[in-house]
Amino acid sequence: MIVARTGNEAMAEAMRQINPDVVAAYPITPATEIVQIFSGFVANGQVDTEYVAVESEHSAMSACVGAAAAGARVMTGTASQGLALMYEILYIAAGLRLPIVLCLVNRSLSSPINIHCDHSDSMGARDAGWIQILTERTQEAYDSVIQAVLIAEKALLPVMVTIDGFIISHAMENIELIDDRAVKEYIGQRSAKYSLLDVDKPFTVGGLDLQDYYFEHKMSEIDAMNHVLPVIEEVNKQFSQRFKRGYPILEEYRCLDAEVALLAMGSTVGTARIAVDELRQEGKKAGLVKLRVFRPFPVAMLKAALKKLKVVGVMDRSDSFSTNGGQLYIEARSILYDEPTKPLLANYVYGLGGRDISIEEIKEIYRQLFDIRNQGKVAAPITYYGVRS
Amino acid sequence: MKLKKWTELEIGCVIPEGGTSQEFKTGDWRSERPIWHEDKCVQCYLCWIYCPDSAIIVENGKVTGIDYDFCKGCGICAYECPPKAGAIIMEREVK
Repeated sequence: MIVARTGNEAMAEAMRQINPDVVAAYPITPATEIVQIFSGFVANGQVDTEYVAVESEHSAMSACVGAAAAGARVMTGTASQGLALMYEILYIAAGLRLPIVLCLVNRSLSSPINIHCDHSDSMGARDAGWIQILTERTQEAYDSVIQAVLIAEKALLPVMVTIDGFIISHAMENIELIDDRAVKEYIGQRSAKYSLLDVDKPFTVGGLDLQDYYFEHKMSEIDAMNHVLPVIEEVNKQFSQRFKRGYPILEEYRCLDAEVALLAMGSTVGTARIAVDELRQEGKKAGLVKLRVFRPFPVAMLKAALKKLKVVGVMDRSDSFSTNGGQLYIEARSILYDEPTKPLLANYVYGLGGRDISIEEIKEIYRQLFDIRNQGKVAAPITYYGVRS
Repeated sequence: MKLKKWTELEIGCVIPEGGTSQEFKTGDWRSERPIWHEDKCVQCYLCWIYCPDSAIIVENGKVTGIDYDFCKGCGICAYECPPKAGAIIMEREVK
């Protein structure tokens, strides 16, 4: 069924179809609608979910941890400061290997206070041990939330699926919904090895772990992350067989003969596709690499995609304040270190606080990349693109 | 005790059984140890009531000693023991 939905509405719709056992959430712009619409489904009896209205995001994620340890299928949604307030519990959810799914609407972090899109919030959680899937548009977000349930439960790691604040969360798009029953069949039931509610099989969760065992438990978590990419591929493969659409971890758009390319995540990928198409009409060999999964970082895939190119512009919608550029640039640059042939890299930190990036501006960035190719060197590795100076 | 490798652990730091605190002997945390004197004890049970680690041994309704496997040497039993009785005295722990 084709329907018109905003990103928030689509994520809430996916949650209704998933019918999780527990949702604990606190509303925050621009993700408010996700849990607001979902709480309507609860009030109308359209889902069986136990909805926990909490007093903060810290409590929301804490309730999710408890419910997931009880064996429940658990979801929540948040943005920006909300995710920041969850910070310490995010690590606990991952360390305890709890398959929680979080719908995140990417929004900048204070200060200064701002409600619009950038990726500072999810980047702040990049080392928390969560799988991070950054989507380009509403259809992908809806499909990814459904996939995330299975990814989380197979990998035994929490997953955040993100959409760009307002650009996707509040913009209407025609999307194809899956039948309720088909979603139910696809995701099946969660079967947890341990449940806190099973009083006949007592166990301890979250015990003290000192010098003798902490490292071993962390190693087990690191190992779990090492095995996530095949899980994402397998879940996506089954999804595409059933529903005739799917999403690679990394997509190379018009890269076959490309000389320069952008590497980007989120809704900017959609804008860059049009820029690439227009440049191609002008005969320019421009390509685009879309990174959909940022955690775990798809090292081998990205290395293979990047090393064929002469110049790559890395688009970061966040800054690391390391004086070494944005997070995607730092990581992309790092994986190329050992390669005998590698592209020249230029970092573009753009769009902070929701500053728009247009097709024309992206084409301007491509022109700069072609200049770099012609000159054979990167004069200024890090550019804060679009800032008034 | 032989320490396990990371591949031998339960996923998610789970301890897959109950009552495991029994196996965790906290007695070696002690810097002082309570010495119970049977001849002075008036069997008031105050030490048993106040001990935070259930380390006062009671058998057949009588205090019979201290469980040094779990006693952390906090001294609460000696403090609560009625002054006139003075049945529990703290001494420097000798390793």
